Amino acid sequence: MPREGDNNGSRGEGVGMSRLQLIPKYPREKQVMMNLNGDEAIAYAAKQSYVDVVAAYPITPQTIIVEKYSEFVANGEVHTEFVPVESEHSAMSACVGAAAAGARAFTATSSQGLALMVEILYIASGLRLPIVLAVVNRALSAPINIHNDHSDAYLMRDSGWIMLFAENVQEAYDTTIQAFKIAEHPEVQLPASVHIDGFFLSHTLENIYTLPDEAVYEFLGGPRKIPKVRVDYFDEEVDYALNPARPLSFGSLALYDYYFEMKIPQLIAINKALDVIKQVNEEWYELTGRRYGNGLVDPYMVEDADIVLVAMGSGAGTIRSVVKKYRERGLKIGLLRVRSYRPFPHSDIRNLLRNTKLVAVMDRAIGPGQYGALYLDIASTLYHERSKPILVDYVYGLGGRDLSPDMVSAMINQLVKDLERGYIPEEERLRFLGVRG
Amino acid sequence: MVVKTIPEIPVKKGEPPYKLWIFEPGEKKEFPLVFNLRQLAEQRRPALIPGHRLCAGCAAPIVVKLASFAFRGPTVVVTATGCLEVSTTIYPYTSWAVPWIHNAFENAAATGSGIEAAIKALKKTGRLKYEHVDVVVFAGDGGTYDIGIQALSGMAERGHDVLYILYDNEAYMNTGIQRSGGTPKFAWTTTSPVGSVLPGKGEHKKPIADIMVAHRIPYVATATPAHWMDLIKKVRKGIEVNGPAFIHALSSCNRGWRHEEGISIEILRRAVDTCYFPLWEWTPETGYLLTDRSLVIARNPSLKQPIDKFLEVQGRFRHLLRPENKELLKQLQDYVDAVWEDLLKRASNAPR
Repeated sequence: MPREGDNNGSRGEGVGMSRLQLIPKYPREKQVMMNLNGDEAIAYAAKQSYVDVVAAYPITPQTIIVEKYSEFVANGEVHTEFVPVESEHSAMSACVGAAAAGARAFTATSSQGLALMVEILYIASGLRLPIVLAVVNRALSAPINIHNDHSDAYLMRDSGWIMLFAENVQEAYDTTIQAFKIAEHPEVQLPASVHIDGFFLSHTLENIYTLPDEAVYEFLGGPRKIPKVRVDYFDEEVDYALNPARPLSFGSLALYDYYFEMKIPQLIAINKALDVIKQVNEEWYELTGRRYGNGLVDPYMVEDADIVLVAMGSGAGTIRSVVKKYRERGLKIGLLRVRSYRPFPHSDIRNLLRNTKLVAVMDRAIGPGQYGALYLDIASTLYHERSKPILVDYVYGLGGRDLSPDMVSAMINQLVKDLERGYIPEEERLRFLGVRG
Repeated sequence: MVVKTIPEIPVKKGEPPYKLWIFEPGEKKEFPLVFNLRQLAEQRRPALIPGHRLCAGCAAPIVVKLASFAFRGPTVVVTATGCLEVSTTIYPYTSWAVPWIHNAFENAAATGSGIEAAIKALKKTGRLKYEHVDVVVFAGDGGTYDIGIQALSGMAERGHDVLYILYDNEAYMNTGIQRSGGTPKFAWTTTSPVGSVLPGKGEHKKPIADIMVAHRIPYVATATPAHWMDLIKKVRKGIEVNGPAFIHALSSCNRGWRHEEGISIEILRRAVDTCYFPLWEWTPETGYLLTDRSLVIARNPSLKQPIDKFLEVQGRFRHLLRPENKELLKQLQDYVDAVWEDLLKRASNAPR
């Protein structure tokens, strides 16, 4: 069951949301409640998504996804070819091969594994292959640590992947299925990653509502549809795949004369994903009754707020519950959860934060020699506003350190003082939450 | 650029040889193995078509073309980063007449694994209407001996039905002749230069084909384009076995080996004649079997040439022929002899 303050996807508050109660095609009584942890939920979602090839390698805290999927394969519950590769580098490489051959491909990783994969992430997006990757976010070495923060996710920030951050297990399930639809949208055709926080979500059991298999199959429109492309050699449009009927070359050498032009359509596609993520969020709402803000951002009491906290991932649940308490005491405070980190929803965030007086960005990673990555994105969004809110960066929860409600309360108390003072001096614009000494 | 008719395979008389290979779904067509020059010329077109920018004298395209004469039907080709890849697919052109993919340097085998898995899944669900689609990987020595050996070993261990063809030009030629795990001892390269103290590379070549034998995959062989009939037969065997196959093809590089363009094939012939690069094949059932010229030499050891014959035509070994380096030359000869003797002991068709 959703915990207090958790976003169970039923509010649908925020940008352009209608408050009309819609009766979903699959109301809760037609859905199946399952007790799953985040990893199991993702594996189950992938299973229902008619995935053709899963190539994966174990790494804590992602391992349960691989284990669970192997069970589905061992029990003949899926048609999937499971490739138990010898490294994450090969996992993504095999996914690139499989997706180029026309298959729906899925893999999952964490931390060091993602770091090893990074080279091929750029190739997956450059070749426009709609692979779905579950990233169970974990801190990077050294020192080695298996627990959650978002520093691994930022490795892939500029890789051209769509990056979606889930807040709870229910959303992890929902987002995994949505990711296939977003990635394979004819105008997107880009790989997408679903991020869940290691252990906080990956190993935490939650009762979630799942759809029947046929509903997911129908939602995704069956197996992967291969897009058509025009090439000079052929008269008709041909499959964008390694197809013996119409051979194409993938991954050719393009130098200064073509490389630049080849990158621009990639940018257009990822910006197009802004609309597609919203659209898929709405379709999911009509199907299940669950949606997450407008799909890109998930605001909570932001509209009239003086102070807004911005966060991603599971920490948003804790923050929301504290924000709720402060609201009850009359403080005009809100939470803006960023769900789509790439593409970054600049205009939605700008519209939501337009009248805010103070914005505190909560970064679950450091950017050595710089502010946190999320802070930079928010700062770039707000730069063009006439009246800019006070902006401060809070780094929290590195290496899996818990974000307690008390910490959030202490932070909010400080922010109230800052707001009274009217400014935050430069040396205080990067603050650390819950660090000793 | 637009062609009006979809070309047919095999070649029809009078047709240009540079059309793509088209296999309509559901088509049941398996090319018989031919290795008669006239039949090859009339009935086969290579998967690598004219217009690529590989150097004059490079043996790699010859390896690829000969190998593609042995393809039995629909085939997907994977290429690791390297000369072969950058020179054949300079956008917006491609020299590949078959579906082709290049992913990165070290992952050709993993990419092949993914394609093979996809083919299985698509066939299982009736979305790929071919009896078989073969996957063939071409990778250089850097992408195989060094950076790619992990992916290759993983592919072999997992048993993917992929033929991996190593075209071994014995150094990182694409980046400009740097030493690799496949560079022979005493060879000059830009990162193992011949200096006043060091006589070129200090280490022997990694026995890559034996490493693949140790994986006990269904088929392993060595080949050179100089022994073309042998190469074609071996490629066909590698494609036909059910599971991973590995072919180690020696491929001369006139830029890196420092020889004249016109003698690439002659050098490869000498590599076999000197037993520097013996021709053999291995299957779990038969063990090592010498083939072609190497079998002839095993039966008639007087045909075995001294290693000088292989070295004397290459600038990269020039220093070995100087009188003061006689000892080094002997060392190399002893090593080649020892490896050859070892192979003779293992090869079940070698005369006892």
